[in-house]
Amino acid sequence: MNVMAATAAPATPSIFAPVSTPAVAIRDLSFLVLMIVTFIFVVVAGVTVYAIIRYRHRPGDDRRDPPQVYGSTQIELAWTVVPFLIVIVLFLTTTRYIFAIERPAPTRDTLEVAVVGNQWWWEIRYPQLGIVTANELHVPVSDASRPTRTFITLQSTDVIHSFWIPQLAGKTDVIPGKTNRSWIEPRTPGTYVGQCAEFCGVQHAWMLLRVTVHPRDEFDRWVAAQQAVAADGPEARAGRDVFTSVACVSCHTVRGTPANGVFGPDLTHLMSRATIGAGVAPNTPETLRGWVKDPGVLKPGARMPAMNLSGDQLDQLVAYLTTLR
Amino acid sequence: MSVVAPPITAREAEREPPGLLTRLHEWVVTVDHKRLGIMYVVAGLAFFLIAGLEACVIRWQLAVAENTVVSPQVFNRLFTVHGTTMVFLVGIPIVFGFANYLVPLMIGARDLAFPRLNAFGFWAFFFGGLLLYFSFLGGDGLYGAGSAPDVGWFAYAPLTARAFSPGNSTDYWNLSILVMGFGTVATSINLIATTLTMRCRGMSLGRMPLYVWMMLVVSGMAVMALPPLSAAQIMLLLDRFAGAHFFDTQAGGSAVMWQHFFWFFGHPEVYILMVPGFAMVSEIIPVFSRKVIFGYPMVVAASLAIGFLAMTVWAHHMFAVGMGAPLNSAFAASTMLIAIPTGIKIFNWVATMYGGRIRFATPMLFACAFLFQFLCAGLTGIILSVVPFNWQLTDSYFVVAHFHFVLVGSLIFTIFGAIYYWFPKVTGRLLSERLGRWHFWLFVVGFNLTFLPMHWAGMLGMPRRIYTYPADRGWDLWNLIASLGVPFQVLAVLVFLINVVISLRRGAPAGNDPWDAWTLEWAAASPPPAYNFDTVPVAASRRPLWDLKHPDDPDGPHE
Repeated sequence: MNVMAATAAPATPSIFAPVSTPAVAIRDLSFLVLMIVTFIFVVVAGVTVYAIIRYRHRPGDDRRDPPQVYGSTQIELAWTVVPFLIVIVLFLTTTRYIFAIERPAPTRDTLEVAVVGNQWWWEIRYPQLGIVTANELHVPVSDASRPTRTFITLQSTDVIHSFWIPQLAGKTDVIPGKTNRSWIEPRTPGTYVGQCAEFCGVQHAWMLLRVTVHPRDEFDRWVAAQQAVAADGPEARAGRDVFTSVACVSCHTVRGTPANGVFGPDLTHLMSRATIGAGVAPNTPETLRGWVKDPGVLKPGARMPAMNLSGDQLDQLVAYLTTLR
Repeated sequence: MSVVAPPITAREAEREPPGLLTRLHEWVVTVDHKRLGIMYVVAGLAFFLIAGLEACVIRWQLAVAENTVVSPQVFNRLFTVHGTTMVFLVGIPIVFGFANYLVPLMIGARDLAFPRLNAFGFWAFFFGGLLLYFSFLGGDGLYGAGSAPDVGWFAYAPLTARAFSPGNSTDYWNLSILVMGFGTVATSINLIATTLTMRCRGMSLGRMPLYVWMMLVVSGMAVMALPPLSAAQIMLLLDRFAGAHFFDTQAGGSAVMWQHFFWFFGHPEVYILMVPGFAMVSEIIPVFSRKVIFGYPMVVAASLAIGFLAMTVWAHHMFAVGMGAPLNSAFAASTMLIAIPTGIKIFNWVATMYGGRIRFATPMLFACAFLFQFLCAGLTGIILSVVPFNWQLTDSYFVVAHFHFVLVGSLIFTIFGAIYYWFPKVTGRLLSERLGRWHFWLFVVGFNLTFLPMHWAGMLGMPRRIYTYPADRGWDLWNLIASLGVPFQVLAVLVFLINVVISLRRGAPAGNDPWDAWTLEWAAASPPPAYNFDTVPVAASRRPLWDLKHPDDPDGPHE
């Protein structure tokens, strides 16, 4: 499948390099805010530096105290009213942006995605399309010919996580017992990275997210590939038997096989993903082998147990997994 | 020493010094506000060194990408205990320790209103602190390494539920903070009662030193903010031990409710820690500028405004929780409003310096650095109040930078300034100015090296509380610079410790009033005797000692 074209090396997820409508709006607002605070800093720090230099005690000074000034109503009124006016401007602007971002209008085309936070990986579901995957979100680009906003429903199965891809949108917490919503509207194809932003336990650091934004036709091809059931070549039959005969199936699903566990990532198209372990390593047969042998080596504390497989079983299993394209 | 014991006189002190055990016993059973104040500050500084060491390991681990100095489990314990220690075992005891020592002296009183309650407050804090650190041995039983709490200093539910935090590490966090909370409330009630009922003749509320005013506001906030935390902690205890479901999301409990409880305490807590810093510089800046504070009534009003507004801003820690646009807007408004009284204070301090004759002794150096660093902290606070911007910045390293500019760049700096300022009163000896300047400049450089780059790391998308980060994110340089600031800070603190040790033995004798200051504590001997004042002082103005020194131009007519 030709998704690698869009999977260039990810850049730094700077909030000042936004490619999606809400992130662009925040960037614009942030420039206004940064201008205001820079102005305040220059004025106040400037006066302070001036006072420090101009009124420092000099060696030649006599020991008398300077004139005592107890206060000034006019001056104090001025430096109360001016900040108040700044606050009003800032507040009104902020509110306008809050409502604009929290209450988006739907576009003609919309994509619904459900993201479920787990310790320490993301499940990604496309209810309209019947796709289930993990850790790597694929969405279509939104352009003038076909504006497409992607609406994201956020839920958690365990503790609080936070969904954050800085170049696409600000954070939204992922809270058990509460359903939150976020949305993105990416304008530029590419791969954008983010990660869980609320401390969620031992492996909070390796709960990464990748979002690949495809041109429309490329996205449609990706959807078609994901909707297919798992490959079932005879060359991997031995590995498949290992997979279904040990505890793998208790947690993992491979559509088209008896494996229908729900606690771990869906593996139907495992090899279409660029990384394993929620971003802890690139997805290659070697790292996959190491992961299956003992996930705790790559990701100490990961919920998946070491399966204590023999070397032969491991080889067969990895051979099978690499057919899940 | 108990209340009825005769005061230690100079003659008595010259007698053969009592044995170590006797002296230790005197400190343990004391109810004297000055001794308890010293014990608070010394214990707080000891915990400061421990929490600082924890921070050193954290910065070592994060210096380069994918580092493996410590395991993720150890890292999570380190930042949890570092944060908990700095807030509850360093910030609170030091600011209340200073108040313990200074408030009675500044209002011309003999002691706090309830000396025994005061001792209770100290020991609750002290044993609470020991309990927290005992978790390193006993968290999961004494079999192996033990385990300290690892759920973050704000311990978000449901990560604290039995299902996700087995063993007892979370219970150590919970119980030690609960115990310390009782102590802090006791001390706050004591300070309020003392301030309202035990002022010397002539000292009306309008003549109290700004330090006393601000500690009154702080105590009021503590009395309102800590009980909700204690209540939430008791609910958490019930969840963990009695099968209650307050925060158990699997059984219909609410994870968001814990956040409301916690931040209803947690945000006032920021002001409970920071307003004492304002209180200290409000004493230091006038004395070293040789000018009366500019706009005393305005500073008092601003402090009261901060006290009230501080109770209304808590949910600005929760903008990403999904409270909805109307609530988000409301908390943005209250958060922006609190910037106004805070700004007013900065203006008043600068106006006090303006036209003065500023002497840059070490306390004033720290106060000046505080002005700039607190300005940064305040402005990044404004940035964080802009909700959409906050959605990008919250829980990132930008927030880490912001609150370290508040709690280190502002609070710790003012505390160091205050130590240099009041050390001569407490010990009778001045700290070395030369070592003080070394301490100051090393700390300024180290602090800014460490915490300025974190703003940038956060804006580049680095979340907080990660034990490591991928190498391809572009965060390496900023993290390396941040870690390189650490040796400077370590050196600064070492210089400070050396200064204290040397000056205790060989510091220049201070006399009663080494800074030519104006508040009543400088009328007492250094160190003050157990009964504080030979004769009960009388205040005819806000600066009783100014009146004494300038009989031709007393303050009274100007008030």
